[in-house]
Amino acid sequence: MKTLSRLSIVLLPVMLFAGCESLGTQEGATVEDRGTIAEGAEGAEGAQARGARAGTAFEGHPLEDPASLLSQRVIYFDFDSASIRAADRPVLQAHAEYLAGHGAATVSLEGHTDERGSREYNIALGERRAKAVRQLLLFQGASPVQLETVSFGEERPLADGHDESAWQQNRRVEINYKTR
Amino acid sequence: MKLRHLLSIVCGGLWLIMSLPLQAALTIQITEGVVGAMPIAIVPFDNSTLKSPLPYNLSDIITTDLGRSGRFAPMPEQDLIARPHDGSAVRFADWRLLNMESLVVGRLRELGGARYEVQFQLFDVFKGEQLAGYSIAFAADDVRRTAHRISDLIYEKLTGQRGAFSTRIAYITAIKAADKSREYRLSIADADGFNEQVILDSKQPLMSPSWSPDGEKLVYVTFESGRPEIFVQEVFSGERRRITDFPGLNNAPVWSPDGRYLAMTLSKTGNPEVHTYNLQTGALSQVTRHPGIDTEPNWSPDGRKLVFTSDRGGRPQLYMVNMSGANKSGQPQRLTFEGEYNSRGTFSPDGQRLAMVHGQQGAFRIAVLELASRNLQVLTDSRLDESPSFAPNGSMIIYATESQNRGVLAAVSVDGRVHQRLELQQGDVREPAWSPFSTQ
Repeated sequence: MKTLSRLSIVLLPVMLFAGCESLGTQEGATVEDRGTIAEGAEGAEGAQARGARAGTAFEGHPLEDPASLLSQRVIYFDFDSASIRAADRPVLQAHAEYLAGHGAATVSLEGHTDERGSREYNIALGERRAKAVRQLLLFQGASPVQLETVSFGEERPLADGHDESAWQQNRRVEINYKTR
Repeated sequence: MKLRHLLSIVCGGLWLIMSLPLQAALTIQITEGVVGAMPIAIVPFDNSTLKSPLPYNLSDIITTDLGRSGRFAPMPEQDLIARPHDGSAVRFADWRLLNMESLVVGRLRELGGARYEVQFQLFDVFKGEQLAGYSIAFAADDVRRTAHRISDLIYEKLTGQRGAFSTRIAYITAIKAADKSREYRLSIADADGFNEQVILDSKQPLMSPSWSPDGEKLVYVTFESGRPEIFVQEVFSGERRRITDFPGLNNAPVWSPDGRYLAMTLSKTGNPEVHTYNLQTGALSQVTRHPGIDTEPNWSPDGRKLVFTSDRGGRPQLYMVNMSGANKSGQPQRLTFEGEYNSRGTFSPDGQRLAMVHGQQGAFRIAVLELASRNLQVLTDSRLDESPSFAPNGSMIIYATESQNRGVLAAVSVDGRVHQRLELQQGDVREPAWSPFSTQ
């Protein structure tokens, strides 16, 4: 019982993303309030509020809502770095909350690098990036059993070019939901 | 009788599909000059007694081999002033006038049963003396191999160094289909790029081929299960077995010089660490223990040192640790201090140098570090060079680079003077690994 109530706190914003019909209008009103409060609060809360507003218009799975932070499944990195940029933290928080609220959901975190430097070092760097994302998701409520990491290094680039714009697209971690 | 005939056709067909050599899949161009190369004249071998010509011209292959080594400047065929086929017909004074230092002549004859014999002689033009003379019997489908053997004999006689023309290279090719899916191939080819044979293909990445010291096996990384695993494959039978599939990385495998161990990178402890693996018992020994990235191990030829890449100092640099068999003894020492990025160190066959990927000001090039003097020489001047691999005689380094938006292989002489490029017809070619000398 106790677990359930704790869960519902975490679940609340998630349900809002879902625009869950059974919740009725009253619950929806709560959402608006939280959203308003969140405006002045820290970035992560504000992020939830945007998701909530979209939720009223979007029908379907929250992971498919293009207005939700959850639709962002790629996190980008600087060269030879596994530091998560401040701008990506709300995205990862949204995924962590979704995972915390959907115990059966699992994701594969795929680390990638650009083509520069040596291939095997890049495999290790890609793993470090995937693990940095995993660490943050765990810290924010996801469970270890929901997360697996794999690194492809520079072997599976998104962009084929050999310049900074291609390299930036390739230095990434992909958050791939295997089950929702 | 009929069935047997049919079977032989079917089997013959299968053999063709499996081993059809893609002729000249790699074409080699010498892209940068050869100063001080030794002038040599190679006279086309007499084949007038053969009933039908051989599929390849031996003297052409020998001329190309010697030319691309950078140590020789073969005389163009149209400039030859005479075409003798044995020593008694050679007028040395004529060749001396042309400043030729060496001369090769020879003739072919049929032995019957699709077998042939080549007799050739190598002369010192100035002394007017024969330096070597051989006769070699061979089968019709061994023309190229025979020519490479002759190149090896000439090269060794004139330079004092064993020739590496009869060796092979292994490499990975990635081919992108129209639907954006990729196909990855592990191939082997002769050192001149001929006789390409695909020995593995996969829809998932293949990486890091490395030869066993006897040249009969390759170890590599395959993602065919969706995750990296290390496999060993027999080059000739195609038989293979999985070596490791631990959680996390199973990467960067290389053979120990005595063939008993692999060094590899595993992250099952939570972090990429170099390990050794006993091929007979499967026993693992952890070599590095550091929260940074430790990877790309490479053994010294005497097996007593292991070099690896680590970013324990903030950026990837090369480190070296002493080894006692499969176990480390002592603490790793940092080797490289020039440049922001040094990785994938690989020992020269004499153990006195390390080739590496050297990153400075955003360009990644191949550099060689003299271990005794700690002198670092950058050999290439493009910006995306990687995966250096020494020829087994130490004369050249083959590596992967980018040219006109494609991955290609290139080679550079160890002194940086001779540059050549190996062009493949399709796809991105990468991760060349030069085979050891053949034990046969």
